Formats: sequence, structure tokens, C-alpha cells
Amino acid sequence: MLDSAAGFEVRDYLRLSMMPHFLCPGCGHGIALRALLWALHETAIDKDRLAVVSGIGCAGRLSAYVDANTYHVTHGRPIAFATGLALARPDLQVVVITGDGDCLAIGGNHLIHACRRNLKMTCLMLNNEVYGMTGGQVSPTTSESMLTTTTPLGNAEPAFDACALATAAGAGFVGREVTHHVPKLKELIRQGLRHPGFAFIEVLSDCTEIFGRKNELGSSPEMILRQKSEIRPGAYRDTVDTPFRSTDLRTGVLAVNDRAEYGEAYRRATAAARAAAGRR
Amino acid sequence: MNAVDASVARPVARLLSGNHACALGAVAAGCRFFAGYPITPSSEVAERMSRLLPVVDGVFVQMEDEIASMAAVIGASMGGVKAMTATSGPGFSLKLENVGYAAAAEVPCVIVDVMRGGPSTGMPTRPAQADLMQARWGSHGDCPIVVLTPASVREVYEQTVRAFALAETLRTPVVVLYDQAIAQLTETVELPPEGSIVQVERRWASGPPGGHQPYAAGDDGVPAMARPGAGYRTHTTGLTHAEDGFPSQKPEVVARNQARLQTKLARNRGRHEAFEALHCDDAEVLVVAVGISSRAARRAVEGARQRGVRAGLFRPVTLWPIPEDALRAAAAGARAVLVPEMNAGQLVLEVERVLRAVKIERLNRYDGEPITPQQVAARLEALAREIR
Repeated sequence: MLDSAAGFEVRDYLRLSMMPHFLCPGCGHGIALRALLWALHETAIDKDRLAVVSGIGCAGRLSAYVDANTYHVTHGRPIAFATGLALARPDLQVVVITGDGDCLAIGGNHLIHACRRNLKMTCLMLNNEVYGMTGGQVSPTTSESMLTTTTPLGNAEPAFDACALATAAGAGFVGREVTHHVPKLKELIRQGLRHPGFAFIEVLSDCTEIFGRKNELGSSPEMILRQKSEIRPGAYRDTVDTPFRSTDLRTGVLAVNDRAEYGEAYRRATAAARAAAGRR
Repeated sequence: MNAVDASVARPVARLLSGNHACALGAVAAGCRFFAGYPITPSSEVAERMSRLLPVVDGVFVQMEDEIASMAAVIGASMGGVKAMTATSGPGFSLKLENVGYAAAAEVPCVIVDVMRGGPSTGMPTRPAQADLMQARWGSHGDCPIVVLTPASVREVYEQTVRAFALAETLRTPVVVLYDQAIAQLTETVELPPEGSIVQVERRWASGPPGGHQPYAAGDDGVPAMARPGAGYRTHTTGLTHAEDGFPSQKPEVVARNQARLQTKLARNRGRHEAFEALHCDDAEVLVVAVGISSRAARRAVEGARQRGVRAGLFRPVTLWPIPEDALRAAAAGARAVLVPEMNAGQLVLEVERVLRAVKIERLNRYDGEPITPQQVAARLEALAREIR
């Protein structure tokens, strides 16, 4: 499987001047970023035509590392910024990088309507179950009973299933993968990039330094192994404790919906007005 | 409405509302993207744009909320397309988050705020001038911004055109600020002939992409903008950034780049200052007013002149930054200043800041009705008697 990485050199897609990056040791976001760059490589992306828009938080910082047209915007709004950019510049390949708080809490409304609108872009939501940048507060995807700095007695709220939400809201493409399975994650992102409408991809990432430490989930290897236990319950029960995410989350392509892409739908709906202007 | 709205062959007198004139001005100025959210009394701007833009190969989108529409406008402008949104006070409050981003990242954009009574939901269908300070200070941090205050339907057209030119040349958000009365007032307007409006473009980055510094600027403090697709592959952020566009919190880097941003408008005063000074040369009593209130003030000043009162009117057309040298000059001979405004006292605070050693009187109305010429005249002539 790793042989398909032939020809892909991650350095070709990074701004090396920005290294070393600021992610914590063991953070899953770097794995997700590498998978994205690998997928972009396999789709033969023109870096000049690539726009990466990110919000605020640990995931939000990733856009700065990509050698492309990159936009680090306000908290929760990357999908809304990207909507304007993609509508104004349909020639650009637009990728959004967002986190669970950015995308599902403060930016939840934008996600829902982007799914409904189905404008072509690829939205990568890196889910680490926590607000890492601000010190480890509870997020909409924190599993029940987990400890965070704002749930010192355990989280009493249920976690969002972002993919179910995106599917229900009509996203053209919905998928989920874990950072444990890098080639599979790359493949999922590659499919998302090729999808003609709004592609929503949830990446189960790990916050080792804050969330892992707080909940005594071990360091990066242990947390990554846990991903296997929660995705395929039973398979790795012997090597890890109970899964730290309480639900058995499905991975892979979860929904494909071939309805009209919004930019094209808009151009079709307004074609008569343009034609009338042309005849005038 | 039909396609003719987008471009008029020769000067034609048309009966237009302020909001309709705003949309026509925007398209004439080259606006090709509009994102908005319905709100009274600005919705007609969005409705007109939804018909006008497809005709000129532009894009209209109604977003899911006010915040998203401001974000989409900035996104479109970052893509190189002139973009605008329109709203009213409650929506303006929400947009100000991303207006701050546009100021920090220096992304040209135009925001129309049609003022209505407030606070909160207030009086959606009644006029007010209660967002004057919000437009200047509403977004957090030291947030430079240009605010234009047209006083008639014709001026809404002209100032919307000008808003795009200023946004592009200064790389800044520009607010076109008027009230419900002007927005929905219908007046005869002679529009300029087709093609006579110069569509001002921002300065685009040129030269080799290698080592390009997207936030390095020349004497005017306005950096050239890199168009996505042109090979520069720059980074744009709302974090404090260095000349290379990447985040920095080094004090010397922040100081240098903030100094440029914070002095950008002051360095370009000649480009954005605009005002009208009527009978100010020998004015003993000066009225300072903007927008619809300035029209009542004009009638009152003209009437007072006929009765031998040396009255004058100073009307900032660019409200922020206020043309303060011109205001001082206009008030040089004044012994009293009257500031009529449809709020609890906002413009008067700036007038007090600029003109210290003169008697300054307030005339405020916030009951959802415009200030009348008679109200201004009564106060103006009483002031004239007092100072004699």
C-alpha cells in the first residue's frame, strides 16, 4: 500500500520556511495534513490553483504550512469564506481545514448550509474531541464522561456525530477516517477532492498533550491504537483499555449524493438573464 | 426590472429609491459579488443585486446568516472580485467580527448599513442615525475603517461608487452608512452615462513570485495584493503578521506593521476626505450634520440666512475618518455649533473632540421620525440670539 506513495514527497507541498511546525509531539493533525498533501499530489493539483482556507484552533494553523494560496480566517467561518472564494473563483480548488469546535460549535450553521448548498469544496474536519489551542475545554465531539478543563467532573453532554449531520444536511460526499490508517485516509481525501460537490471528511485525530494527558489515555502510540479498537471493536481489545470514544464510529465513504453542484445550479438558474443581456 | 438596470446608455433621469441606487452604483463600480441576509430596511439592495449581478456575470448569494455573508464577501474579494454586502444595525453588529478581519488582512470590501431605530431589534421600519459610532468603533481592536454618509438618493449612488474606489485603492473595508428614510425615499436621479464610471482596481502584485512580500508597502502604506492563481501562493491571516504575511508576535515586527496599518488612512487623507461646507466662511452659528439630518439642517441654514442669521452647514460626506482640518476651518468664526442627529448624541462627541473652544449644542431625536427643518431652525435661531 505504501508503494502508492511513489513520487510523493511531502516537502514539495510544505512551506519549509514555516518549519518547525507548532503542533505538539504526538498530535494527529500532522498525520492528517500529510494525508491531505498526499491526496493532493495524487490528484495532480496545481498549487497555484489550490486555495486552503482554515479557521481558528490547532487545525486552523495548518493552512500556513501548505505551499498554496492559504487563508487563515475567523473562528468558525472558514466554510463561509470559502463559499465566497469558490463562487467568485470557480477555477480554484478549494480545501477547508477546520476542527471540531470550529466546524460544529461556532461554525455549525455554516456547515449545515454548505452541505445543503453543495458548492464544490473539500472540507476536512480534524476531530480531536477538544479545544486544544485554548487549553483543553469540552467540545461538541468530546465523548461523554471525559474530563476537560471545563468538565472537571466529566462531560455530561453527548457527542455530535458530524458525518450523520453532514449526510442529513445533504452533503454531496461524506466520509470518516482515522489517522491510524494513513493510506486509507489519503484515499478518502482523494475521493473527496474529486467529488464535484461539497465533500465533508471527518478525520479522527488525537490530542495527546492535553486531552490524552487529562484523561490518562497514554501517549501517541497508545491513542492511535485505541482508534483501532473503537473503529473495529473487539479487534484490539487485548492491547488497549476501553475505547475512549463511546460510540462505534463507522469509517470510509458514508454517503455519496450526486445532486447538482451549487455553482453550476446557480449558473443554470441565471442563464436566461445572461442570455437576455447578450441579445440586447 | 430588466437588464437595462445594469447599464444606462446616456444620462437618464430615473425615479429611484436609495437602496435601488445603491445596487446600481455598486454594479457600475464593478461589483460582481454580493452576499447578504434579509433585513429591513436594507433588503431591497439584496433583491436588486440578485437581478443585476447575473446579467454582468456576477454572483449573488443569500447566505445562512449575517456573519456568513460578510465572510463570503471577504472570500470573494480575496479571490480578486469586487464584493459587497448590505445590512441594518442588528446585522451590522454580527458582521463586525469579519469586518475586523478585512481591516487586519487588508481585504477590500463594501458594507452597506441602512440604519434603523435601536438598540436591539428596535424599529425596523423607522429611520435613525444611531450606528455612527458603531461603524467607527464596533469591531474590536484598533480597527481602521472608512465610513461614507450619503444624504440623498443620488449621493447613495455616487458614494457607493466611491466606496469601491476607496476600498480598492486603500485595501480597507468601507461602510456606506445611510438611514431608512434615504433607503426607501424615492427621488429623481440622473445617472451618469454608461461606461463613464471608472472602475477602480486595487494594485495587483507584479514581478517575480520568489521572495514576494505581500504586506510590504511603499510610501502610501498600501501593499499590492496577490491574486490567487498568479503564482504568488501567499498566506492571509487575521493574526498580526509580518511583511511576509505569516503570523508574528515579535514586538518590533508588530510595531512596524501595526504602525503602517494604523497610519494608512491618515497617510492617504487626500484620497478619502470628502465634505460639504455651505456658508461656512462667515458663519457665526455652524450646524454639523450628516445624512438625512443634514437635509433638514440645509433648509434651516438657508432659511436663517434669509432672516439675516449668519448660519453655516458643515456636512462630512466621509464621516470616518472625519475631515477634521476642514471642520476646524469651517468653525473658525463660529461662536456656537449645533449638532442635530437622530440618536442620543454620537456625532456631537466627535465634534466636541475636534472643536474644543466653542459652545456646542446637541439636538437629538430618537423617536423614529426624522429631525425636521423647523426643529433645526428653532434651535439655530435661538443659538444665534444667545450669542449676540
